[in-house]
Amino acid sequence: MSAVIESHGHDDHHHGPAKGLTRWLYTTNHKDIGSLYLWFSFAMFLIGGAMAMVIRAELFQPGMQIVEPEFYNQMLTLHGLIMVFGAVMPAFVGLANWLVPMMVGAPDMALPRMNNLSFWILPFAFFILLSSLFMEGGAPNFGWTFYAPLSTTYAPPSVTFFIFAVHIMGASSIMGSINVIVTIMNMRAPGMTLMKMPLFVWSWLITAYLLIAVMPVLAGAVTMMLMDIHFGTSFFNAAGGGDPVLFQHIFWFFGHPEVYIMILPAFGIASHIIETFSRKQLFGYASMVWAMASIAILSFVVWAHHMFTVGLPLAAELFFMWATMLIAVPTGVKVFNWVTTMFKGSISYETPMLFAIAFVVLFTIGGFSGLMLAITPADFQYHDTYFVVAHFHYVLVPGSIFSIMAAVYYWIPKWTGNMYDERLGKLHFWLSFIGVNVTFFPQHWIGLAGMPRRVPDYALQFADWNMISSVGAFLFGASQILFMYIVLKTVMGGKKATPQVWEGSRGLEWTVESPAPYHTFTTPPKVN
Amino acid sequence: MNEGSKKTIKTLCFAVLGMFTFSFALVPLYNVFCEVTGLNGKIELRATSNKNIEIDNGRDISIQFVSHNNEEMPWAFKPSEDNIQVKTGKYHTATFYVKNTTNKRMVAQAIPSVAPSNAAAHLKKLECFCFEKQELAPGEEALLPVRLIFDDELPSSINSVVLSYTIFDVTDYNDIEFAQHDSEHHANHEMEPSI
Repeated sequence: MSAVIESHGHDDHHHGPAKGLTRWLYTTNHKDIGSLYLWFSFAMFLIGGAMAMVIRAELFQPGMQIVEPEFYNQMLTLHGLIMVFGAVMPAFVGLANWLVPMMVGAPDMALPRMNNLSFWILPFAFFILLSSLFMEGGAPNFGWTFYAPLSTTYAPPSVTFFIFAVHIMGASSIMGSINVIVTIMNMRAPGMTLMKMPLFVWSWLITAYLLIAVMPVLAGAVTMMLMDIHFGTSFFNAAGGGDPVLFQHIFWFFGHPEVYIMILPAFGIASHIIETFSRKQLFGYASMVWAMASIAILSFVVWAHHMFTVGLPLAAELFFMWATMLIAVPTGVKVFNWVTTMFKGSISYETPMLFAIAFVVLFTIGGFSGLMLAITPADFQYHDTYFVVAHFHYVLVPGSIFSIMAAVYYWIPKWTGNMYDERLGKLHFWLSFIGVNVTFFPQHWIGLAGMPRRVPDYALQFADWNMISSVGAFLFGASQILFMYIVLKTVMGGKKATPQVWEGSRGLEWTVESPAPYHTFTTPPKVN
Repeated sequence: MNEGSKKTIKTLCFAVLGMFTFSFALVPLYNVFCEVTGLNGKIELRATSNKNIEIDNGRDISIQFVSHNNEEMPWAFKPSEDNIQVKTGKYHTATFYVKNTTNKRMVAQAIPSVAPSNAAAHLKKLECFCFEKQELAPGEEALLPVRLIFDDELPSSINSVVLSYTIFDVTDYNDIEFAQHDSEHHANHEMEPSI
């Protein structure tokens, strides 16, 4: 204990970081907290990925071979929850912590102590969630969408721990987004007007507003579940006058903005990287900002497209179909802007650029399958099939995850002061690119042919493509070990990076040394 | 921290609280929305107060009755007739047969649903067993009446309507107020199940 106090006593605010483990426990430095978020996210990515491997191993052949159906359902549920709330969201918060203050020329986040708190409650949330695997009745087994009454009347007892974990994750996200908004709105360097902000900052400002709007609704939904389970209320229990369909409305009112929370920061990242490696100014900056804002606003009026088959009236199905299709317009604007930025640019294909280009192409494929799903009458065929699985994995894996990997390769020289191994980075990219497509592209076909999602066993005619899909998944999973090796190797050493790192990079974060000093912009820079 | 930051934080905290409240407000909003529009096939669990909607030259409507038992509800529950022909603007009475097949006293609640859902707003009930909870002794059986009318504004595209009842075991919820009826109607429509 005395050591703790001592190291705290030595913590001089004008010099480098404190020594030892307590540095990470007590840190209020945005760069430290950013790193903590990113490492945490990577750990969760590996755990959630291991669960995906269990799923794909079971689906390698028809019939039950490796796990019990009950355990399969738990893997499916935890894989979804961990990837959404443990891997993708914390990774973006980590990137925001590292980059937003440096990009706007602020010395740190606006609320550094809350920043520490919002990170350090996360490991507890996931410890609680994962510990449910060892409880009587097993872990939650109702899918990441936890539809009532599956998650209330028929849930395992561990559902209460799940609810508590979701509450903590929500609190962490809300604190994180308050921090981001206050930093961006009040701590920009003099001269940096809103329309001069880097696009990653814009994307995070909009994302943070979405989080503020919908995370409390998620908290409300799980609170109602808690009350139904333990306090005799009947929000979702038809026997007591409630309505299970109401759960789906509330859940997707949160859930649809949530999917944009997981992609908007990716839009910001892709814009920076494509601009840098095309050695051109980004085409259509203002339209990029407006497109993100319109996507965010539209995300609140499309939730029922997840529920076309619950028996919505025709007018509602038409409204939600057209509103959903409308989102393709601002998304299309963004894709055209990226392509136009690359047009006639002097492009070089370093690893971040490869991931960014793959992001644009594969995310667009995921967007197109989304448009197919938006067609109400067609959706009755696609609903709850592997086509849906293929769709959302295309927008999340080569969408969000590729953008996070691109961001790591792009900014890691700034974080560590060392260049990553370009040869290994490219190898990682190609293995991931091939793995992801081999895994998820065939799922479109088996979905259209009628294979339902969330099943541990399937009819024989789906056997071949499932086996290929599993092989792709093993390849993708294994190649992430290579990613970890590359990152560790870069942290340990490597070719020294210049402050600008990339020939075409621009923005305030590239004006400080590499690695970025522990404290940057203690006196605000002047932006013209 | 400057004043601007404090103001932003305050606004954001209010937004968070507001959205949390909003998530709970969605529950009554959803019910009101469904009741007003008749979406979701939800119909009012109370007797119509407007008794002067009878007319003479109504058109023919076919009603199919459907009965479901929720979860493990053990009672026997089925319509006396599967299908009846009615005219809009005329009252009709239909009955459902119900029997407590267990050896313990149980309480049940029936919840109606109408398809197509845009017919729901035009289906009025003067009395219905769904307005009340039904309590049956072991082995007791009953014929439960519903007296209904379609008003004349029923969309002309609708010629046939499905009226479905799901019966729930509410023995454990017996002390919770269920149907949203006023005490006035409560008195008028108190009815003991009888064969």
